[in-house]
Amino acid sequence: MNSLLPWCSLLLPLVSAIAITLFTHRSRALSSFISIGAVLGSFVCSCLIFTRHGISAREFNWIDFVGVFRVPFGFVLDNLSKTMLVLVSGVGSLIHIYSLGYMRDDEGKSRYFAALSLFMFAMLGIVLSNNFVMLFVFWELVGFTSYVLIGHWFERDAAADAAKKAFITTRIGDFGFMLGILMVWAATGSVVFAEIAPRLSTVTSHPAFLTTAALLIFCGAVGKSAQFPLHVWLPDAMEGPTPVSALIHAATMVAAGVYMLVRVGFIIQASQAALLVIAWIGTITAMLAALIATQQNDIKRILAYSTLSQLGYMVMAVGLASNEAAMFHLFTHAFFKALLFLAAGSVIVMLHHEQNIWKMGGLSRNLPITFLTFGAGALALIGCPPFSGFFSKDAILAVAYERNMPIFVVGLLTAFLTAFYVIRLFVVVFFGKARSEIARKSNESPAVMTGPLIALAFLATLGGFAFFARNFLVLPLEKNIALFVPALAIIALVLGSGLAITLYHNRKSERFDIELFRRLFYFNEFYSWLINWTQEFLARISAFCDRWIIDAGVVGGTSGGTWGIGALLRLVQGGNLQAYLFLFGLGIVTLIYFAVFH
Amino acid sequence: MVTLGDYLIVSGILFAIGFAGVMLRRNLIIILMSLELMLNAANLSLVAFSRFRVQPMGLPDYNVQVFVFFIITVAAAEVAVGLAIIVALYRARQTTDVNDIKSLRF
Repeated sequence: MNSLLPWCSLLLPLVSAIAITLFTHRSRALSSFISIGAVLGSFVCSCLIFTRHGISAREFNWIDFVGVFRVPFGFVLDNLSKTMLVLVSGVGSLIHIYSLGYMRDDEGKSRYFAALSLFMFAMLGIVLSNNFVMLFVFWELVGFTSYVLIGHWFERDAAADAAKKAFITTRIGDFGFMLGILMVWAATGSVVFAEIAPRLSTVTSHPAFLTTAALLIFCGAVGKSAQFPLHVWLPDAMEGPTPVSALIHAATMVAAGVYMLVRVGFIIQASQAALLVIAWIGTITAMLAALIATQQNDIKRILAYSTLSQLGYMVMAVGLASNEAAMFHLFTHAFFKALLFLAAGSVIVMLHHEQNIWKMGGLSRNLPITFLTFGAGALALIGCPPFSGFFSKDAILAVAYERNMPIFVVGLLTAFLTAFYVIRLFVVVFFGKARSEIARKSNESPAVMTGPLIALAFLATLGGFAFFARNFLVLPLEKNIALFVPALAIIALVLGSGLAITLYHNRKSERFDIELFRRLFYFNEFYSWLINWTQEFLARISAFCDRWIIDAGVVGGTSGGTWGIGALLRLVQGGNLQAYLFLFGLGIVTLIYFAVFH
Repeated sequence: MVTLGDYLIVSGILFAIGFAGVMLRRNLIIILMSLELMLNAANLSLVAFSRFRVQPMGLPDYNVQVFVFFIITVAAAEVAVGLAIIVALYRARQTTDVNDIKSLRF
């Protein structure tokens, strides 16, 4: 029984996805209930796995070229994966239930739930994988389901484009990831995490090789966790349904990159150079996204940039060689960000898919539950003391303070900006006067949507307390840096929120217009230009090849050559009998000469 | 004493004269005559070889000499055919000059 639990947990969503696709596609209600049942079953199994000790699943050989290459299909069941298992299936369950309300009248509900189930399968697969190849397969599957779900409303061009953008951008990172896996395999001869670790000493004598491998693996996380410079897809992914944004593009999938980095932390931590690069990429992402978020007007996009920023924090923690802090933040972030997205979804649905925050306002009266839960999420996100985000962000900042001062300073500045833009969003959406007719007439969402909100609000509030988190994680250092770092963090928080409240309370429109931030640091323009240029360049090369090598060289050369040889031979074949004879005689003499004298 | 070499030299000279005739003359009949000359040069060398190839009983190898008669006979037939073609050609074109016969030329 015990050995079956991980299999149940993993395969239930897959069974649901297959059943919906094959049999219950017509019946939308049935499909949604199958999907929710599967994810709840998976959640129960995960909880059982979490509470019981000594569970191990049978593994079997999936690919086995004896002595050369072996890929088992096996599970790793340590604290890390158990925690992630509960987290993913738990948040997933809540979001499945919430989707029931959010996608109530959607035509493609069956397709939506099938894809959601498939996503759960793939995500649980990533969490449970005990080797690189399996991880990579599930990794790609997650990317695919993300593509399907972003493009759920594919009849809208923006959604279809965003889906493609997400898929292609993450593919760039995944290519690096694959190369990294191959490098590790080439060096250690194994793809299984447990087997790589002891053999890593053979590689540590080649620091350049190891650094390259670690950074290539990190590329995968850069794509999936939307780190600078591949972060551009995540904000666009908000074109998908809001529960999808909450589940995939905030709580779980984008965190998979961080999870993967933690899982292979032993490789990354073997290279100081790689760690430094990772830490700075995370820091840059955190700062950049926070700056952009201050000038956005779409409620989901602001949240998307805050996700980027928080993922930056996690990657920063990984780069500072503090896996615990990264996982702790991942854990709390999953709760409060899922909560924020779901609350935003509740606002969006009740306002008939209005996403511009300047058309909202005064919603605290009309949507009290959403208001309170969103407030809890926002306070957790900015790291207000009793809420979970405070503890996890503080843990990261403390690590940064200890190990790398410049990163700490930027991190603190980012915390200030986070407080600023989150409170700006909060104030503009929920306080002041309603700025549109829809906002004035809105009312609270149904219970199926507020239920998960309340559950997540509790988790987001309590998730940070040590007695709660310690059950799941090995917590980082006790507060031996006394009160200095938390005090600084709280000062940044108070300054940021105070500034936002004074600037945006009762405002009707945006105060500033900083084009650089509003236009997202021109990343999209730059990438369009780059792609354009590359395409143009490749097109020119192909045109050159086609025109001069294929057309002129091969085709023209063959015909011209034949024609030229023909013209030459025509000269010889003059029709003069005696010339023929002369050549004939000459030939014979030559033959005789060679036959006799050689 | 006339040796095999002398015969072969005469045969070679005859062949060269014939070849030059075929190559240089324009008249078909003379070309045909030169051809015969080359043929007979070959015959001459053949007979010379036969004469100097002495069999175990001290006699020359007569097989080849018989063979040469055959060649002469066949050559006579060939000349008859060749002359007939030339006559036919002359009737059609009123010429025996090779340079004027060019209806198949490029």
